[in-house]
Amino acid sequence: MSNAVMENSPAVPAEIATFTATLILRRFDPDKDAEPYWQDFDVVMQGTDRVLDALHKIKWEQDGSLSFRRSCAHGVCGSDAMRINGKNRLACKTLIKDLDISKPIYIEAIKGLPLEKDLIVNMDPFLESFKAVNPFLMAGSVPKDGKERKQSPIERARYDDTTKCILCAACTSSCPVFWTDGQYFGPAAIVNAHRFIFDSRDEGSQVRLDILNDKEGVWRCRTTFNCTDACPRGIEVTKAIAEVKQAILRGKS
Amino acid sequence: MSTIEAPRSPLKPARRRRGINVEKWGWIYMRASGVVLVVLIFGHLFVNLVAGAGVKAIDFAFVAGKLADPFWVVWDTLLLWLALLHGANGMRTIVNDYANNRMVRRLMLGAIALSTIALITLGTLVIYTFDPCPAGSPANLLPSFCPVR
Repeated sequence: MSNAVMENSPAVPAEIATFTATLILRRFDPDKDAEPYWQDFDVVMQGTDRVLDALHKIKWEQDGSLSFRRSCAHGVCGSDAMRINGKNRLACKTLIKDLDISKPIYIEAIKGLPLEKDLIVNMDPFLESFKAVNPFLMAGSVPKDGKERKQSPIERARYDDTTKCILCAACTSSCPVFWTDGQYFGPAAIVNAHRFIFDSRDEGSQVRLDILNDKEGVWRCRTTFNCTDACPRGIEVTKAIAEVKQAILRGKS
Repeated sequence: MSTIEAPRSPLKPARRRRGINVEKWGWIYMRASGVVLVVLIFGHLFVNLVAGAGVKAIDFAFVAGKLADPFWVVWDTLLLWLALLHGANGMRTIVNDYANNRMVRRLMLGAIALSTIALITLGTLVIYTFDPCPAGSPANLLPSFCPVR
């Protein structure tokens, strides 16, 4: 075998095209401000940059006081849900070039939860309603062979869609019913209830259905489809809620 | 340190309640009555506006003739009750979604309930007590098809 021969000289990478994007952020510092206000920043971006990169650039190079949550930065942890041009998106999954960069990009904290600072909200009410649906396997019986609770691929596929939830709150904070009096569970809690209600190994589905049959349970859902549009994992949230409604009416199927 | 007022506070845990679940039955009613109303409304529109002589046929005698037929009495009663309750329940959910102030919400829900009850009562009264030729009326006020007394 002959030695590998370099046929072409390595191409010098061309200058990477950049563009300037204007971001208008809704700022709020509880120590200084009485009211939130909008502040704009210009950042030089590349086609591969996401909204999160723009926020990093602002925080690291322009204004260190900017506060936002992010952990994994790759769409898995669900920390950086925010309202980008009026739609709830993960900052780490939204490419700047996919937005209309001829206009400023408006970024604010997700709605319906208490604002703490800049893009950070208090997630407690969201997590409280998540906890309220018992989001854990409830099984009283001992498994057949004493070790595992077995499940067929078909049984697993029944609730596969709702296992993808990362609890980013993009769906719940996009729901107009959740914005009103704060008594509604919100889509995320119902999605996580759905994940266990339709799990063949679980024995507590009736408990969850009773919780969601409450006055402020699934019946407050108006099928606005904001949640399905907002979900960064592509979960069919409104469909899951409809299935829970059917399960309450007709029993689990 | 100032904080923005929490829109979801105070937090209340989900309550378990006994008895009928108004929200659930309201939800079911909206779907069930919706299906029936599609038939009732389009049937009503077709008979009044398209069938026979079309829209030109509508006059006092046409309405009197329809209300003399038990079939249309039942049809109109169903249409009246289902549509008004369907509309009122829709308005109730909108008020529940958007009226944050307790007093305002109560007032609006009360107004919806009152107007619905008034309209249903009046409408039902008209359907069942309608008489195109009331006895003892002067002849010049009666429609032409009334028997001459």
